[in-house]
Amino acid sequence: MALTYLEAIREALTRALRDDPTVFIYGQDVATFGGAFKATKNLSRDFPGRVLDAPISEDAMLGMAIGAAIEGMRPIVEMQFADFSSIAFNQIVNQAATHFWRTGVTCPLVVRLPSGGTPGSGPFHSQMMESIYAHYPGLVVLTPATVGDAYSMLLEAVALDDPVIFCEHKFLYYHLKDEALPEESLPIGKARIARMGRHATVVTYSAMVHESLRAAADLAAEGYEIEVIDLRSVKPIDSDTVLASVARTGRLLCVGESFPWGGVCAEVIARVVADGFNLLDAPPQRLNAKDTPIPYHPNLWAAHRPTAATIAESLRRLLRF
Amino acid sequence: MAMSDVLPSALAGADQYVSAYRWMLLARRMEEKISSLYHAGKIVGGVYLGRGQEAFSAALGVSLRRRKDVFSPLIRDMAGRLAFGEPLLDPARTYLGSVLGPMRGRDGNIHRGRPAEGMPAMISHLGSMVSVVCGMLVARRFRGDVEAVGAACIGDGATSTGSFHEAVNLAAVEKLPLVIAVANNQFAYSTPTDRQFACADLVDRAIGYGIDGHRVDGTDLAECLEVFGRAVARARAGQGPQLVVGRLLRLTGHGAHDDANYVPEALKQTELGRDCLERARQHLLDHGLATVAELEQWDREAVHEVQLAVATAQKDPVPEAAGEDWRALSSF
Ligand SMILES: Cc1ncc(C[n+]2csc(CCOP(=O)(O)OP(=O)(O)O)c2C)c(N)n1
Repeated sequence: MALTYLEAIREALTRALRDDPTVFIYGQDVATFGGAFKATKNLSRDFPGRVLDAPISEDAMLGMAIGAAIEGMRPIVEMQFADFSSIAFNQIVNQAATHFWRTGVTCPLVVRLPSGGTPGSGPFHSQMMESIYAHYPGLVVLTPATVGDAYSMLLEAVALDDPVIFCEHKFLYYHLKDEALPEESLPIGKARIARMGRHATVVTYSAMVHESLRAAADLAAEGYEIEVIDLRSVKPIDSDTVLASVARTGRLLCVGESFPWGGVCAEVIARVVADGFNLLDAPPQRLNAKDTPIPYHPNLWAAHRPTAATIAESLRRLLRF
Repeated sequence: MAMSDVLPSALAGADQYVSAYRWMLLARRMEEKISSLYHAGKIVGGVYLGRGQEAFSAALGVSLRRRKDVFSPLIRDMAGRLAFGEPLLDPARTYLGSVLGPMRGRDGNIHRGRPAEGMPAMISHLGSMVSVVCGMLVARRFRGDVEAVGAACIGDGATSTGSFHEAVNLAAVEKLPLVIAVANNQFAYSTPTDRQFACADLVDRAIGYGIDGHRVDGTDLAECLEVFGRAVARARAGQGPQLVVGRLLRLTGHGAHDDANYVPEALKQTELGRDCLERARQHLLDHGLATVAELEQWDREAVHEVQLAVATAQKDPVPEAAGEDWRALSSF
């Protein structure tokens, strides 16, 4: 029975609702309608009273979830699109993220962010927000790239006592399939080696894992073995796995779909340079989206974000150094 | 130390009036002390005072059930906090940076709370706490607690935030037992209300939200008690959110650093500028609820309590950087 990334998310939501009476889902159009992407389809029928439609009030949605969480509930908030979480930014970074540290009372909630670009979605329905949220202390930021991780990491996110920003990639929702859900998985905070190699390391996450794997396959045809690391969780970040890989390959390329200024890729490189300078045979590189808003037209969009072709090109340059 | 349960919350009539008055008095004396400590350079960070707003705040505090209800104070609610059960040591310790206070030196002054006991710890961002109270009420509803009421305090200025609007609308949609207490003290820092909103009276907004609205003279304790008593009762009875707007004047600067020279002298001479504490004192005498001797005795007791709390907090250990774990996550 093949299962999509989106179905895995729905399975995880189902199981979370079934196993924990303190879980509830809050978001726009999530109840009878089942959500903009149908992630919550049938859940309000199966769990009456626990899947609630929210007004178009991202700030208040998060505030409400925070209030419920500090009272012992485990709300899962669905943002209709990651981009709209900017309206809830204050509640996320100032209220949820600081709460445990300030008061000692935990704030266990999950914010699901349908993230990343799909052709034609334009500047306001395509953003990746992981770098922004990872910047703030007190948040866990997850970026699952596989069907299995979408499932297991969401369940783990619900069980965590900290606020979790769960960045689901919309491009993977329907395309990415797997045969079955995982019985067990790596814990949050552990990266995964998605492909072994010895000539260069690509560190990436979310949809860019798949672009990077395609690039690695292209480079294999040219005689290079590229190691691809899927960070899975960008915060906490698994620097150890990255450093161990760079120790084997001597070369590092970080690939992210978010904007190039600062962010996860910059963080990975800073860590590797600081802690593993002597491991490097070439200056570490990064490849992000371009430093403009995300274009609407598919031709422009395809050139705005990293792709297998541009990743392969960056790798060739890195290998030539 | 937890919030005390000593006083029953739903006192009636004269008892409630006296109880509220004594919280107002304690808050006034405490804030006077905090203010003088501030001017003596003994306090790190800002000091915001509720002078002139004690009746409005305390009346709400005594109308709620300690620990069972939710009380979300803002920057001028020392009186309401104490009435709701915050130990006097909490402000003393938080202002003085004691590591034994509820915020352990990690946050200061008015940003204190006891969220596990129904009193969330406000963040600075105005308007943000109203939806948090909504969530605390939703959690209670999930738990099957249909008795609980939540109150969110806010100023006239903060009603202009999107956050406030979103939260009140959400509460109305969910028909939550929320009391929104707007202390219209005529200024947001230096900004007068005519630069804040253009409606005739903030209470009229209740119509737009589809909720009940109440207006009250915020300098009159008896009226505040009556109106909050009614609003809380209606919320508890399932009548949905209640917007209570109190008319009053901030009888102090925005903060202890501010001389409020922008407040026109003429405004201070209007009914808005009456001191609620003085009015309540006179009410107690006029209605034979207390003698001059009793009033003096209560005042001495308040001053003594304040001295004790401050002296205790001043002897407390302060946080040591070496003792911090510097972790903002509980899981990692
Ligand atoms: C979102 C936000 N903007 C600005 C401020 C800075 N600020 C703190 S208090 C204040 C005035 C608040 O006025 P009001 O809501 O009327 O309450 P009052 O001080 O009169 O009690 C301002 C502008 C803030 N804390 N939050």
